[in-house]
Amino acid sequence: MNLLAIIGEALRALRLNRLRTGLTMLGMIIGVAAVVLMLSIGQGAQTTVNQAIASMGSNLFIVLPGATSSGAMRQSSGSAQTLTLGDAQAVTNLPSIKAVAPIITGTAQLNYGANNWSTVVTGVTPDYFKVRNWSTEDGEVFSDTDFRSAARVVVLGQVTAKNLFGDEDPTGKTIRIKKSPFLVTGVLAAKGQSLDGRDQDDSVFIPLTTGQRQIFGSQFPGTIRFMMVQGKSVEVMDEAESEINQLLRQRHRLAEGTDSDFTVRNMAALAAVATGAAKVMSLMLGAIASVSLLVGGIGIMNIMLVSVTERTREIGIRMAIGANRRAILTQFLLEALVICILGGLVGVALGIGGAWAVSRAADMAVVITLGMVGLAFLFASAVGIFFGFYPARKAAALRPVEALRYE
Amino acid sequence: MASVQPDSSAESLIRVENLCKTYSLDNGINGTVNSQVLYDVSLNINRGEFVAIMGHSGSGKSTLMNLLGCLDTPTSGHYWLAGRDVAALPENELARVRNHTIGFVFQGFNLLKRMTALDNVATPLLYAGVGRAESRRRALELLRQTGLGNFAAYQPNQLSGGQQQRVAISRALVNNPQLILADEPTGNLDTQTSGEIMAVFERLNREQGITIVLVTHENDIAAYAHRLVRLKDGRVVHDGGVTA
Ligand SMILES: Nc1ncnc2c1ncn2[C@@H]1O[C@H](COP(=O)(O)OP(=O)(O)OP(=O)(O)O)[C@@H](O)[C@H]1O
Ligand SMILES: [Mg+2]
Repeated sequence: MNLLAIIGEALRALRLNRLRTGLTMLGMIIGVAAVVLMLSIGQGAQTTVNQAIASMGSNLFIVLPGATSSGAMRQSSGSAQTLTLGDAQAVTNLPSIKAVAPIITGTAQLNYGANNWSTVVTGVTPDYFKVRNWSTEDGEVFSDTDFRSAARVVVLGQVTAKNLFGDEDPTGKTIRIKKSPFLVTGVLAAKGQSLDGRDQDDSVFIPLTTGQRQIFGSQFPGTIRFMMVQGKSVEVMDEAESEINQLLRQRHRLAEGTDSDFTVRNMAALAAVATGAAKVMSLMLGAIASVSLLVGGIGIMNIMLVSVTERTREIGIRMAIGANRRAILTQFLLEALVICILGGLVGVALGIGGAWAVSRAADMAVVITLGMVGLAFLFASAVGIFFGFYPARKAAALRPVEALRYE
Repeated sequence: MASVQPDSSAESLIRVENLCKTYSLDNGINGTVNSQVLYDVSLNINRGEFVAIMGHSGSGKSTLMNLLGCLDTPTSGHYWLAGRDVAALPENELARVRNHTIGFVFQGFNLLKRMTALDNVATPLLYAGVGRAESRRRALELLRQTGLGNFAAYQPNQLSGGQQQRVAISRALVNNPQLILADEPTGNLDTQTSGEIMAVFERLNREQGITIVLVTHENDIAAYAHRLVRLKDGRVVHDGGVTA
């Protein structure tokens, strides 16, 4: 028995039935393409989440005004104005806390020359950039002096810089925020998407003091939107959380047993939830795609069974002239395998093409790894062997006389 | 001749003793029904013989040929082929025997469809493990010998019945068998073509000493053979001269 020759026989049989071979292969192609596509979308989502988490900064809490009650919906967090700059400064002095970044935000119209752009303006302290682990790509962030003097200075995110300045270098130029002139001290490095899907590079940062006094007006003087608090290390995060709670309750004079009028959120916990969700999503996508691969495999089994019945006489002739059971089994198994491997190749190509199209059309991150392609391919071959085996064995088990007599 | 021991003389190619074949059928009405088709058939065929098997339709000729060709296994009895007890061989070994020792020629030609005459003839060599180039070379040589050198690239449905049977004979010969089993090889052919095919068998037997066993219904076909075995209802009723 000559394996090469039997491969030749298998290919010949497949060629003789081009349409049928093609249609059977289509099941495989769609299955494999779906697996590659779904895995790449899932992996892309995971990568996006991981990048967002990495861009957040480490050991972070976010302290929001307003209570979150596990019971009835009271007042959603963030809607009240209960946190002040004083609260933030007090938190800074807690033993487990490394840094605190109080934040106010609002949207405003920006102008540079004829270009205008509307975006989120964030008022921060210089510590904000340390807490977020965010450095400039060009120029500097503003200084403590700028903060204390409420100077009209601004740091631009990448996207905003691009939209206002095009190819021009923004550092040292003056833009207008709500018509007031601001000096650009620097442009931040690219940060990408945040966990909630916002483009963090479409933003500008001004000193919090400047924002309170000059841009967002006297609506809520002295209050802040929220604060980011950085713990000293991973180990002290629990302590840090209770220190913050204790201090703020004390400062807000909350009696024992009443709800807090603020919420402390551990970002690591949030990140874990997001990572978990992304994992579940990619698992689910993979599982759904696997179903189509399974259906493709059943299609192969179906066609191979029909083929064995149709070719019973041929099998009988081959046995009469000396084919043993192994040779017959090998030929039919190879026919199924060739369908899977060719289908797998086309499917992988189609899946990669599809992933590229999705990333283009839906502006979604997709990630294709060699391992993923290998897995889809391996899976396809396994399906071929698994579903090809039964018909092949059926063919090989035929008795020569009966196969020859078959009409 | 009544010995149960294998005949060790180099002369004997086929030796069967008390061969029985019973088919079990489930007719769906009264369960499994056994029907015996061959009763204690004993035969000895020496190398170089040319034997015709005759008998009424249903007398068990094809059943006997299938047993002799190792396509089927007897219900009981012994079978030595070229001195080897083949009645109890496993299927893989039987496939080897069919490939190396026996060449089949069928009434319905049994060529592989949509495959050229050349590939049809070369296929047994594929299963014998012979390389492709060598297989094709030998296949072409045999097609030439049977007068089909110009038809190597034709597919069965592009050939006449006589030509198809020549392709089948070439295929039977390609692996240098010691025995050719032909079950009504001229059954689908006209008188003239039958004569041509029989001339091929006759020459193979005479020139190459290949043992030939053929089944036929026609006396003038049987006349090519040197010995006649007649079956009746699954029993050998005559074994000897052709004019019986
Ligand atoms: N697979 C089978 N199952 C059951 N019975 C069978 C089977 N094959 C053959 N028979 C029976 O065995 C008997 C002999 O059949 P066989 O084919 O050997 O006859 P034959 O002598 O070759 O006839 P013909 O000259 O018509 O070819 C018949 O009665 C047939 O019905
Ligand atoms: Mg018959």
